[in-house]
Amino acid sequence: MIENRPIVTFFTHVMLILGIFMIALPIWITFVASTHDEIRMVQSPIPLWPGDQFFVNLERTLFGAGLSGTENAPVWLMLLNSLAMALMISIGKIAISLISAFAIVYFKFPFRMTFFWMIFITLMLPVEVRILPTFEVVANLGLLNSYWGLSIPLIASATATFMFRQVFLTIPDELLESARIDGAGPMRFFWDILLPLSRTNIAALFVIMFIFGWNQYLWPLLVTTDTSMTTIVMSIKQMLEAAEQSPQWNIIMMTALLAMVPPVFVVIGMQKLFVKGLTETEK
Amino acid sequence: MAKIALEHIRKAYGPTEVIHGIDGEIKDGEFVVIVGPSGCGKSTLLRMIAGLESVTDGTIRIGDKVVNNLEPSQRDIAMVFQNYALYPHMSVFDNMSYGLKIRGLPKAEIKRRVEEAAHILELTPYLQRAPRQLSGGQRQRVAMGRAIVREPSVFLFDEPLSNLDAKLRVQMRLEIKKLQERLGITSVYVTHDQVEAMTLGHRLMVLNGGNVEQFGSPIDLYDKPQTLFVAGFIGSPAMNILDAVCGGDGKSMTLFNGDVITAASGAENLAGKSLKAGMRPEHLHLAGSHDAQFSAHVDVVEQLGADTIVHGTLLNTEEQLSVRLDGIQRLERGSTIGLSVDPANVHLFDPQTTQRVN
Repeated sequence: MIENRPIVTFFTHVMLILGIFMIALPIWITFVASTHDEIRMVQSPIPLWPGDQFFVNLERTLFGAGLSGTENAPVWLMLLNSLAMALMISIGKIAISLISAFAIVYFKFPFRMTFFWMIFITLMLPVEVRILPTFEVVANLGLLNSYWGLSIPLIASATATFMFRQVFLTIPDELLESARIDGAGPMRFFWDILLPLSRTNIAALFVIMFIFGWNQYLWPLLVTTDTSMTTIVMSIKQMLEAAEQSPQWNIIMMTALLAMVPPVFVVIGMQKLFVKGLTETEK
Repeated sequence: MAKIALEHIRKAYGPTEVIHGIDGEIKDGEFVVIVGPSGCGKSTLLRMIAGLESVTDGTIRIGDKVVNNLEPSQRDIAMVFQNYALYPHMSVFDNMSYGLKIRGLPKAEIKRRVEEAAHILELTPYLQRAPRQLSGGQRQRVAMGRAIVREPSVFLFDEPLSNLDAKLRVQMRLEIKKLQERLGITSVYVTHDQVEAMTLGHRLMVLNGGNVEQFGSPIDLYDKPQTLFVAGFIGSPAMNILDAVCGGDGKSMTLFNGDVITAASGAENLAGKSLKAGMRPEHLHLAGSHDAQFSAHVDVVEQLGADTIVHGTLLNTEEQLSVRLDGIQRLERGSTIGLSVDPANVHLFDPQTTQRVN
C-alpha cells in the first residue's frame, strides 16, 4: 500500500523521529555523562553536550579501581570476564547444538524423537526458572566463581538445536548419499559438508548468542562472589549501590558505554553473514 | 570392471513389499537400463545396488563379491544423481577430487585423474568455478566427472537427464552413450523415459510394480514383448491393443466389430478363446477396400512432417486405435480408412495372465 497524502507522511515521520529519540537519547546521555567530571555530574541540570573528560574517565574506569571507596575489580577485568563468558556460552551453544542436531537428523537410534522433544521442551525451562537446582548443581561441582560455572548452565540450547535441525533438513539427502559413495564417514561429512553449508547460520546464531551471553545478569550475580569474577553487566548495578556516597555518574556511565561496545562490534562485524544466515534459503 | 548379479532381490518397507524378488545378471561392460513407470521400484533397485538402501532379502554380487553388507564406498561404484548432488561450497575440482582425497590418493595422481576427466568432459575451463556458476548441462557433466575419476567398476545413473531441457537431454544422452562405450564400464541406468532406455541400453530391464516384466535387448522388447505391459510401454505412440476372439485355426482373430485379422504364428489350443491382439501403429498400413482387413474411423490427424499419426477408433466400436503413416497423408477427420497389417506383426496376449501367447 502506498499512501501519498502529506499529512500521513508527516505523521509517520514524527513517529519515526520520536522512536529514534526514545532509543537514542538515553545512549546520548550515557555518552555525555561519560565525558564530564564527577562534580559536574551531580549538579543540576544534567549536561546535554559532551565535556572534555572522556579520556580521563576512560582511563580511570578501565584501569583504576573503578569507583573510589569500593572494592570493585577494574573494569578491564570485568570486560575480560564478560567476554570470556559470552564467548564460552556462544561457542559452547553452537558446538553442542550442532552436534545434537546432527545426531537427531542423521542418525537412527532408539528414542530419537523422544530426545528431540526432550531438548525441545527445555525451551520452557530457561535458567531463571531452574535457577535454584542449577545453582545447587554448580555449587556442588565446585564451579562457583569460575568461568565454567558462569557459562556451562547456559550452554544447552533448544533454540539453536532446533534451528540447526531445520537447516540440516533443508540439505538434500543426495548430498549425504553422494558423500557416502565418496567414502566420507559421518564425522567427515559433518566437517567437510555440513559445517561449511551451515556457515551463515552459525554466524547468525553466534551474534544472537553472544549478545545473550554478554547480557546475562541474574546468573553471574548468583554464582560469582569473588570481585575478580564480576562481569560488566552486573557491575553496573553494583556501582549504583556502592557505598554510602552519591553515585559517580561519570564512571558508571563510562562503564555502561564500555559494556555496550563489544556487542555492537560483533553485530557490525558479522552483519552481512547474520542477515544471510537468517534469510538465505538456497542450499 | 565387473558383472553384477541380482538374486531374488526383495525390498520391504515394514509390511509393504515394493520389490518382489528380482533376478538378473548384468554382464561385464554392459549398459543396462532399468525402465518403468514411476513407483515401479526402479530407483529403489538401483539404490540397493549402490548400497544406499538395505536389501531385505536376496543377494547382490558385484564382481564375485557379495556386497549386501558393504558400505557404498566399499562397493567400487560411482553414482550420478538426478539433481547432481554436487557439494555447493566446493569448486568443480574439489567436487571431483573429494572422493579421491578421502581415499588418500597422492595429490599428483588426483590432479592427473581430475584433469583427464575434465578434458574428456570439456570441463577444463570450469575447474575453479562453484557449481552454482554452471549451467544444468555443465553440472551434469561435473557429476559424471566425479563418477569417472573414481575409476569404478560400476557406474550407476539415477535419472540423470530428467532435470535438463529436451534438447540438452538428447545431446547428453549421446554423450553418456559415447562415454560408456569409450570407458567400457558396466553401467546401470534408471529412467522412466522409454526413448532414453531404447537408445542407451544394450539391454533393458522393464519393471512394473516391483516385478521384472521383461529383460532383453531393445529390439527384443520391441519385436517380441513378453507381456501386455511391455507391449504398451515400449514404443511411441503406444501399441494398439484390441480385443479379439481366436478362430478355429488359432491364427485368424475376429475383432470386436467382426473384422478379421491374421497372426503369423498362432496357437491351435487357443481356438475360441478371447485374446488381446497388439499391433504397433507403424505396422498398420492404409489399404484399399479390397485388401483392407479392418477399418477405422478417423478422429484426429497429427501431421509431423516425417510421418502422420492418425488417432481413431475401430469402426463401429469405441476401441481406440492409432496409426503411424509415412510422410504427409491427407486424411479427413470423420472419414473411414481401410487398414491392413502384416501377420508377422500381430502380437497375441492372454488377457488373464497378460503373457504373450504366440
